[in-house]
Amino acid sequence: MFLLEVNPLVLPDIGLVFWNTIAFLVLLIVLGKFAWKPMLKAISERESGIEEALLRADKMKAEIAAMQNENEALLAKAREERAGMIKDAKETADKMVSEAKDKAKQEYDRIISDAQLAITQQKNAALTDVKNQVGSLVVEVAEKILRKELSNKAEQESYIKQIAEGVKLN
Amino acid sequence: MASRTIKSLLVLCLSLFSMAFSGNVFANEKAAQTEHSNPAAANEPAAHEPEAFNVTETILDHIKDDHSWHLWGHTSLPLPVILYTPKGFEVFSSAKFMDEHHEEIVYKGNYDYKIIEGKVKIVKLVDATEVVDVEASKALWDFSITKNVASLFVSVLILLLVLLTAARAYKKTGITSAPKGVQSFMEPIVLFVRDEVAIPNIGKKKFAKYMPFLLTIFFLVLVNNFLGLVPFFPGGANVSGNIAFTMTLAVCVFVVVNLSANKNYWEHIFWMPGMHWSMKLFLAPIELIGVFTKPISLMIRLFANITAGHILVLSLICLIFIFKTVYASAIAVPFAVFIGMIELLVAFLQAYIFTMLSAMYIGMATEEHHHEAHDHDGHKNVAHH
Repeated sequence: MFLLEVNPLVLPDIGLVFWNTIAFLVLLIVLGKFAWKPMLKAISERESGIEEALLRADKMKAEIAAMQNENEALLAKAREERAGMIKDAKETADKMVSEAKDKAKQEYDRIISDAQLAITQQKNAALTDVKNQVGSLVVEVAEKILRKELSNKAEQESYIKQIAEGVKLN
Repeated sequence: MASRTIKSLLVLCLSLFSMAFSGNVFANEKAAQTEHSNPAAANEPAAHEPEAFNVTETILDHIKDDHSWHLWGHTSLPLPVILYTPKGFEVFSSAKFMDEHHEEIVYKGNYDYKIIEGKVKIVKLVDATEVVDVEASKALWDFSITKNVASLFVSVLILLLVLLTAARAYKKTGITSAPKGVQSFMEPIVLFVRDEVAIPNIGKKKFAKYMPFLLTIFFLVLVNNFLGLVPFFPGGANVSGNIAFTMTLAVCVFVVVNLSANKNYWEHIFWMPGMHWSMKLFLAPIELIGVFTKPISLMIRLFANITAGHILVLSLICLIFIFKTVYASAIAVPFAVFIGMIELLVAFLQAYIFTMLSAMYIGMATEEHHHEAHDHDGHKNVAHH
């Protein structure tokens, strides 16, 4: 008590306590309603908005990465397919070419053989024809010669005799 | 931390000095008062004689509350005096306590009032001398708008103006745009109180309810600390270094803490769990005292820190008058500026500490199942790592 009596600094005045209480309550109510509440609400809303946006961005990033992976996989697959297709096409082409070659060769062979056959046939026919003509020519010539030689009777008979002698009756 | 330690040491020394001298001073003052009060003596030209410079009186005069707001020289802003006596309310200007020669005079209202040692007292004439009527003065309630009250109102106006402007910006610009102007200045402080003071001490679940209270306390203390550092009008009042101001806030904290206290808190005070019954009996009164010492420590810490800062600065300036040479200012002024810088830090620090301790007390009062919660957390942590 002595200290309180002595030092006016540690002796609270009722007036200041009274006005201070009023001032504090007014501040608490007015600021609480019109300053702190909207401020804190806006801040927390903004924070949650930022958090959401960040989460969304992360999600998008993951999605984009997944899409990229997918694209790459697709591309690789497409490349593979293309390579396969090219290979197949090459094979088919090669096959077709070789087949064509084979076929051409066969045809060629066939044509050659046909031609040879035809040539042989024609040659034979020609030969036969020549032979026939030569035969008939020979016969004609022989006839003509014979007619001329056998125009007299004596000669005819000598000749027959000659032939007859040639024929042996055994 | 180092500066705080040094400061508290200085504060201690100075408080001891002021304590030691105060008794002496008041004896002198009383003698002077009776001399002055004597009308015959007051009229004598002795008043023109240069009075001996009294450091303690000067400093205390600057720190104490006043019924008028000193502006410059002999110019003061008179403030309304509101008195409640058994004869009812009385309102008049504090200018009526001064005559045209700036001498303190008696104002005759329902009673004869006079300002004695900065406070309104009822006086009576005994043997042609005015002395304090102690019995009558006890029934006198002084609700005056003193310098501190006026300064408090100024701070309230500043807070309302600044913070309502800042809050309006959120409505105007919405939440998607970055804060601008006052808003961008206030938002980090609000976030600081939320993230560094409220959430760590009260917890994420319950802090929102106490945010307006903590923010209001923080800003009120902060603004008054800063206004106290402004040496001229509208600063210059020592509001946050006044025990009535800190007491009011401490009582508010006390009320909030104890109203929000849960069963767990009271159990820890009156019947400490996990102790032997004799220990429980021993601890209960200590814990009960703790309930009151917490707000009292809040009250004294802020009061002492701010008052000490003001005393320091004033003491340094008073050096000039003690040595009676202007050259003393070569040392006194740089030191006063240096201490002023520290005071800026202290102004913020004390607002922070007051709010943080309030939040801590609220956190302690609302904490649930202390031991189990810890155990649970421990298990969780183990599971996590």
